[in-house]
Amino acid sequence: MKKDTPHIGLFIPCYIDQFYPNVAIATLELLEKLGCKVTYPLNQTCCGQPMSNAGFEADTAGTTSKFIRDFAGFDYIVAPSGSCVLHVKDHSPTIDKLQINQEHVQSNIYELSEFITDVLKVDSIKGSFPHKIGFHASCHGLRGLRLASDSELNEPKFNKTLQLMKDLEGLEVVELTRKDECCGFGGTFAVSEEAISVQMGKDRIADHMEKGVEIIVGGDMSCIMHMQGIATREKNNVQLMHFAEILNQVIS
Amino acid sequence: MNHPENATVFLKDVARAKWHDETLWIVREKRDATIHQIPEWEELRELASQIKDHTLSKLDFYLEELEKNATANGIKVHWAENAAEHNQIIGKILEEKNCKDVVKSKSILTEECHLNPFLEEQGIDVVDTDLGERIIQFLKQPPSHIVMPAIHLKKSDISAIFHERLHTEKGNIDPVYLTHAARLHLREKFLQAKVAITGVNFAVAETGEFVICTNEGNADMGVHLADTHIACMGIEKLIPRRKDLGVFLRLLARSATGQSITNYNSHFRSPSPGKELHLILVNNGRTKQLGREKFRNSLKCIRCGACMNTCPIYRRSGGFSYGSTVPGPIGSILSPGIDLKKYSTLPFASTLCGSCSDVCPVKINIHEQLYEWRQEITKAQGSSLKGLSMKLADGIFTSPLAYKISGQLMRASLKTLPDSIIYNPLNVWGKGRNLPELPTESFKDWYKKNRNRA
Amino acid sequence: MSSKVSILAAIKGLNLEEKPLPDIPDFAVATDLVETYTNSLNGNKGTVVSKEELEQLIAESEFPKIYSSSLTFEKFTNCQLPLHPAGFADLDLAIIEGQVASAENAAIWLDESNLDLRAIPFITAHLVIVIRKENIVGNMHEAYERIGMTKSGFGVFIAGPSKTADIEQSLVIGAHGAMSLRVVIL
Repeated sequence: MKKDTPHIGLFIPCYIDQFYPNVAIATLELLEKLGCKVTYPLNQTCCGQPMSNAGFEADTAGTTSKFIRDFAGFDYIVAPSGSCVLHVKDHSPTIDKLQINQEHVQSNIYELSEFITDVLKVDSIKGSFPHKIGFHASCHGLRGLRLASDSELNEPKFNKTLQLMKDLEGLEVVELTRKDECCGFGGTFAVSEEAISVQMGKDRIADHMEKGVEIIVGGDMSCIMHMQGIATREKNNVQLMHFAEILNQVIS
Repeated sequence: MNHPENATVFLKDVARAKWHDETLWIVREKRDATIHQIPEWEELRELASQIKDHTLSKLDFYLEELEKNATANGIKVHWAENAAEHNQIIGKILEEKNCKDVVKSKSILTEECHLNPFLEEQGIDVVDTDLGERIIQFLKQPPSHIVMPAIHLKKSDISAIFHERLHTEKGNIDPVYLTHAARLHLREKFLQAKVAITGVNFAVAETGEFVICTNEGNADMGVHLADTHIACMGIEKLIPRRKDLGVFLRLLARSATGQSITNYNSHFRSPSPGKELHLILVNNGRTKQLGREKFRNSLKCIRCGACMNTCPIYRRSGGFSYGSTVPGPIGSILSPGIDLKKYSTLPFASTLCGSCSDVCPVKINIHEQLYEWRQEITKAQGSSLKGLSMKLADGIFTSPLAYKISGQLMRASLKTLPDSIIYNPLNVWGKGRNLPELPTESFKDWYKKNRNRA
Repeated sequence: MSSKVSILAAIKGLNLEEKPLPDIPDFAVATDLVETYTNSLNGNKGTVVSKEELEQLIAESEFPKIYSSSLTFEKFTNCQLPLHPAGFADLDLAIIEGQVASAENAAIWLDESNLDLRAIPFITAHLVIVIRKENIVGNMHEAYERIGMTKSGFGVFIAGPSKTADIEQSLVIGAHGAMSLRVVIL
């Protein structure tokens, strides 16, 4: 199946498709600028994570089978979301009939920054982004996919997403007081534990604000949607962005 | 028992909730600082995990070995199938000794078995001697944390209860003053007690000894002054070899409070001449949990409390919000095994952020077990309303057309409806958060216009 | 059926596959063990003092009741060992010989061969432990290796004075047991 240029299936999580098309466009354009052949399978819907995390993994067999069928034909599957990638890798139910295809999908699906650093072997992106940012490490990417070292483990420090931005001229990344505490989104948690969810989001934003952050940058729009929702409600003008938007902007 | 409701109440006192969060976060930071001084930290966690996995895989063998060796050392070993039997064994020993006053050091197992109320009903005065436990005992509260039982209280709360019970100066909130008042009060109890009850941190099969770790020295003050020592342990507290203690003692205090070790780590192997030493091995549902493949390794827990200190939910809802003996992440995977219905909201009291699993010194995959309990709970609940909507959702996501229609409908309706109505159906999200601004088209629509080569 | 039988039967009935028991490897330890020990003890709120400093302290302070089971300081003993440990409720200073010390965390191993009464290091107001330099090892693994399988009815690793942080996480020394720990390294 493999041709000279690997063929990438672009997986755009459902809420990004509906609410944040610009992040999806940035992801697509960025990959194309890095020389990739990318196709967005039009029939794709959702990976099934919201249902599984609510305790209904067994009911997502249909969604999972569909996901496998949509993406099994690609060499790689790439998504601008650590959370959804982790779900496909670790938490989607096993579909016996599609075992070989499922294994292919699970071992070739990548979060965007992980794909650029580990598969494309790009060390960093050159360009200019003269802003003071705070990085929000989304939990599933951090502790699930290990996109960066976390503050809990005693391990060498690394961060695949920030590594890509390390050479951007003018960029200042602040050190947060709680460098990787959860923002409180957590899927259905955002609604079922509303009070704590909002408090956690407020606390995260406050940490960035205390450090004078202009832009909170993350790799999962679900966390960003949650924090943006709180910031807007509190009439706080801090900007929130997906790193794909920054990289795509600087590279052009 | 409903965690979200309890958490909402806890968060109403904004300043106190913030204080609680920050106090525990400092403990987490102390833990981080100390573990970075140990280059082999991750290797120690792996060793501890494997030692516990091994022990659990042949627990029957090690329990018998422990009993054999402990008995040979002169320890009287008892077996209790459940909490009631555990309490009865203790009740009987006290009756034989004609003992009406006991001192007790911290034991989460005796909390689990509700030993104090049982003994009190029999007219026995039980004095909890850990300072934190004595404070909450005065207040008739359960511990809100397994290592720091009174972490939810402020100096002023403690000052008030000490003024009432120990006649300390009204309004004196100096921790040194209050601690020394407790020292004098408890010393009197230690000197009078004939029986001391303790928990157990580790029991070593090959030597038949058990180990108790404290900073205050209260367990030792109790047992060395009393004539009879009763130690209570869950059957999962075993480790095979004495040298395994080297691994666990390096991990326990560093994980719990960031200290390099607890100041007193006492190894009990046989009674002092003329004294009695009892060891009670308690099941109380542990063999059931051992039989649950996905949840078995929750029994590796050494009760350090690190998962509580790191948990952003625990820190912002307090130990009582869990309504279970062991709160926090580890409690949320242990409690459903005891009563699935009562504790059904606990596995959902998590964002599955995974911090608990990464701080756990014995590498229990806590957040993955929270996820697995969710699956069990929804199965047990059958097709509830939420379940129905999830089945519908699966239908929507299985069919691209249905997904497209629902997405368009959502975007269209969100655009045309006034805020008041938007936030009505999405009431809960909208309480403290706005919805994202709506784009004019979905990515799919954009892609079709801009890239579709088909 | 007794509870012992039912508990063991329940476990046996699960037919669990045995998992391997790992060996515990050697880990690198600090090169200067005395310095590391001293720093660790300071961290636990104890202090290292010299023999002379201790003697001076005893000469200058009010310790009405002193008991030393350490031969080095035997001359300071001014009371009898009581029949019941409660007789030491007013003990001001106890001096005890330690067997092995772990530099990484300042813990010193004492067992019944060092303790004339198990209660002594806890009930005394102030505690001194004497340790020989050659008995300071790097970490807990080495300490347990030294202790080996020696049989004693009671043994304890003591790493500092009695302390608590149960009141708003404020560290207070002297909760129930010794209000200070001094270690003399010989």
